[in-house]
Amino acid sequence: MVLWTEMKLAEESFLTDDFVRQLIDVGEVDILVGLPTHNSAKTIGSIVHAIQSGILRGFPRERAVIINADGGSRDGTPQVVTGIAIDDVRPAANLHALRTLHSISTRYANSPASQVAFRTILAAAELLRAKACVMISPESVNIEPEWIFKLLRPIYHDGFDLLTPTYRRHKFEGLLITNLLYPMTRALYGLRIRETYSPEFAFSGRFGSQFLAQNIWNDGTGGAGVELRFTLAAITGKFRICQSFLGEKSHIERHAADLVPALRQTVGTLFSALEADFPIWSVVAGSRPVPTTGADQELVMDPLRINRKRLREMFTTGVAELESVFQSILAPSTLAELQSIARLGEEEFRYPAELWVRTVYEFAASYWKSVISRDHIIQALAPLFRGRAFTFLMENRNSSAQDVENNIEGLCLEFERLKPYLLQLWKSGE
Amino acid sequence: MREMIISELSRALHEIARGFAHFLPRLIVMLVLALVGWIIAYVVKAALRSILRLIKFDKLSENAGASQLLTTAALPSATEVLSRFVFWVTWIGFILLGVHALGILGLQQQVAKFFLFLPRVFVAIFVMFLGLLAASFFARAALLAAVNANVPSPRVLSVALRSIIIVFVLSIVFEELGLAEQTMLVAFGIAFGALMLGLAIAFGMGGRDLAKRFLERKFVRSKKDATENENEPSPL
Repeated sequence: MVLWTEMKLAEESFLTDDFVRQLIDVGEVDILVGLPTHNSAKTIGSIVHAIQSGILRGFPRERAVIINADGGSRDGTPQVVTGIAIDDVRPAANLHALRTLHSISTRYANSPASQVAFRTILAAAELLRAKACVMISPESVNIEPEWIFKLLRPIYHDGFDLLTPTYRRHKFEGLLITNLLYPMTRALYGLRIRETYSPEFAFSGRFGSQFLAQNIWNDGTGGAGVELRFTLAAITGKFRICQSFLGEKSHIERHAADLVPALRQTVGTLFSALEADFPIWSVVAGSRPVPTTGADQELVMDPLRINRKRLREMFTTGVAELESVFQSILAPSTLAELQSIARLGEEEFRYPAELWVRTVYEFAASYWKSVISRDHIIQALAPLFRGRAFTFLMENRNSSAQDVENNIEGLCLEFERLKPYLLQLWKSGE
Repeated sequence: MREMIISELSRALHEIARGFAHFLPRLIVMLVLALVGWIIAYVVKAALRSILRLIKFDKLSENAGASQLLTTAALPSATEVLSRFVFWVTWIGFILLGVHALGILGLQQQVAKFFLFLPRVFVAIFVMFLGLLAASFFARAALLAAVNANVPSPRVLSVALRSIIIVFVLSIVFEELGLAEQTMLVAFGIAFGALMLGLAIAFGMGGRDLAKRFLERKFVRSKKDATENENEPSPL
């Protein structure tokens, strides 16, 4: 009966026959670690060691598997993942597993696509009936074995369905999260989740299966921004959510050109979710914290070299050059205010929280109404975000961690206070 | 002699009367066709206007940049212009049908030509609208990409792209209408060639330094540029 069910699932699945065969060889598991990779051979070895060590320490009695979903690596990443023997970990840490720890790998495509990798891992988790799953980023080079326990324990032992991490990071890192994603999701969905878009998170098999069955994979977006969609699905599905503090987030070098893709993945996903989720977010008032283990967030205050001048220049150029685009998206009063602050000098320049929130809400409503191409709306937000980032840097250049936290909290409250404005914009478009 | 004149006169009068009697029903048919045509054209106009309002055609036309052209020319909204155009085409069609019913040989040929020309007019309008839509979309895409990549003079790039697409679309429209085909072909060739030559000279001479900087930044990536890029805080 079990075999028949497995075969039936395999038939319906998009997974390759070879991968399904490997999964059938593994059998049912308690814990699944998903590891999406693409040309990560240099760093993946230490990450797999940390994962194996974490499983041996935290879950020695549980049946566990590491699933590597590879996006066409040419540097032998899959071979590195599957080639690391558990015996390499045991003697070093004096650890003993009571079960076999499997590592299997599949190539889901010849080029990386995080949504396909995640879907592959979800499908594998469903086939293996995993009780608790965790996603680990191949960029998390500073991962500690404790992360595995911190991520999985609330899911496996305490019955939570989704765990999102909190990190220690520089006060000026993750500005899109602190200035838009966190405050906006908090104001709209009513839950104070710090990292709604994170490369590391853990979830229950039950929630994973439910998400896998949703129609997001064939809705024309190809499942873009799937990490954020996953978090929003947990909120709207009323699943049990918690947070856990992991430690220092790996610093990833990003360039100016990375902003637009980041906006598409996160803000584009959030804006598009608002349409379907309107019945839910329109009735939410205020916000409440989610259960959190450890700190809510820790800030590193070291000096950081940032080209502030360039941020302000790109804002000023954007406001001047994109006037015709902004006329379609923004209210005339908002555009006039932006034009007036664009004329200010570096010292006087300030993009106030209230104006920023109105800007974001008007962008969200215009995105819903499709006043112009939706992708163009997201791209048009980039120069304005740079202006807001400049203000955040200036306001907090000499601030303490507590001051920065207060600043973010103030912005969150502004998003909550102006939520009726978004509702008003929404209703005017109906 | 007198009798002959009277006989000829009465015959002429008789022929005129017969001709008039022969023509009058056709004239009445023409007038009836014109009246029926007006009613049908009016109904078609009203129906089309409602449909266009329902599908928010004005918004679409605004996105295509057609509304700006109409406003500049002091014309009403795109919905109004299109529904009025359809009204007149329909009514003129019925009037010409009526003219055809009069049985005047020369006019009949002209009417036939008009009806053969109509589909080409509609195709030309359709091509023009799609062309404006494409020009607007690609010009905006170029503008946004240039602004976000910090390319100098992004609006010039966007306007140049829009102009090229519009010139290209206009040449297709004129060719479809069969108006001054040769002239349009030559004009398009000259305009396009001049534009390309101008760009080549601009890059080669006037924009030599700019092109050099651009190429250096693109392919050599100096230390300074690398530092500039890395000094933007991580968004995520």
